[in-house]
Amino acid sequence: MTVPLTLLGLLEREPSHGYDLKRDYDTFFGRGKPLPYGQVYSTLSRLARDGKVVVGDVAPGAGPDRKRYVITDVGATEVEHWLTEPVEPEPHLQTLLFTKVVLALMLDRPAEEYLDTQRAAHLRRMRELTEIKRSGELVDVMLADHGLYHLEADLRWIETTGARLDALREAVRP
Amino acid sequence: MSPMIEARDVTYAFGETPALRGANLAVAAGEVVAVMGPSGSGKSTLLHCLAGILRPDSGEVRFDGTRIDTLGEADRSALRRDSFGFVFQFGQLVPELTAAENVALPLLLRGVRRTPALRAARGWFERLGLAGMEHRRSGELSGGQAQRVALARGLVAEPRVLFADEPTGALDSLTGEEVMTLLVDAAREKGTTVVLVTHEARIAAYADREVMVRDGRVNAPAGVAS
Ligand SMILES: Nc1ncnc2c1ncn2[C@@H]1O[C@H](COP(=O)(O)OP(=O)(O)OP(=O)(O)O)[C@@H](O)[C@H]1O
Ligand SMILES: [Mg+2]
Repeated sequence: MTVPLTLLGLLEREPSHGYDLKRDYDTFFGRGKPLPYGQVYSTLSRLARDGKVVVGDVAPGAGPDRKRYVITDVGATEVEHWLTEPVEPEPHLQTLLFTKVVLALMLDRPAEEYLDTQRAAHLRRMRELTEIKRSGELVDVMLADHGLYHLEADLRWIETTGARLDALREAVRP
Repeated sequence: MSPMIEARDVTYAFGETPALRGANLAVAAGEVVAVMGPSGSGKSTLLHCLAGILRPDSGEVRFDGTRIDTLGEADRSALRRDSFGFVFQFGQLVPELTAAENVALPLLLRGVRRTPALRAARGWFERLGLAGMEHRRSGELSGGQAQRVALARGLVAEPRVLFADEPTGALDSLTGEEVMTLLVDAAREKGTTVVLVTHEARIAAYADREVMVRDGRVNAPAGVAS
């Protein structure tokens, strides 16, 4: 998952306490789902076990927050590798929609209406994201844009599929 | 409350080519509606019928409850001048006029004197990020700048209804979204009703709702009565 790599990446800026990591994670990557403290510290101790971070200095007092974590060369190499590697281009929603459309055609159900419903749902979500863009911080705008471009790609697929339903029906029915 | 602008069973044919085959659309006051649909489906024809540019072959067009499809050319032209604003895909600025004069045009046509008209026009430039460009001619503006000038021209006379046909069609996506933000902000501020033709979903997402035109008919989205 991306939480360990994200925390490692944040540590590459400068050695930090778990508290600072959680705060920055929540600000930039949390999207309304704050990272539980427990997960921050269990992740950090696993990263320490794997030699990707070490505990720098320990401030006086009690509790896990006294520790300051420092990224190691192993950790930095992993972040570097992760950042430079492209993300698997996964057209997940299209395959789900594709399955639905093909099944609808096979079962002689109104595939066109399903596509219309899907289009309306997509546009509704796009309006919500656009509203976020109109009022949000730049970070929110960029995230909303990412969502919008993906939804737009789905919509284009919905349009072309809608235009080809007759041919597709021929192709999938005996 | 009657809709601000409405088409009832509107048909229109270009000679033998039917463009609208019974189109229905009702837009409430202050609403921003995106008209979407494939190329050639009849979006622009619908917009032209709603705006009193074309007269439908049959059906009715109502503006604020009153039929306008039965009006003669002179009355419809006066209605367009006094109550409607327009923005098209290619700004269609008058090349001989400065940017400020272009923006002032709808006011001048309504009989506003030159000095107050130009003052009102210049008021738009700062807000549109065009400060200092008041004296440029359209040939000296980028596409995005010219389109913002065209938007100001469409809104300067505070029309009841703004008709926009692919207003961002000639712009790159970021510039297009800037123009849309300005358009929607201005419309919301003044309560302007907007009919926005676009085939781009990201542009339509700035509207309050969308309708789809297919084969000269209007479909409201699934689950929503038109
Ligand atoms: N001036 C014209 N003369 C003849 N036919 C026309 C004229 N204008 C439009 N049509 C036809 O009327 C139909 C609807 O055209 P319209 O311009 O309304 O489509 P549209 O949805 O706006 O398309 P686009 O997305 O390409 O702008 C099309 O079949 C088109 O060929
Ligand atoms: Mg058109």
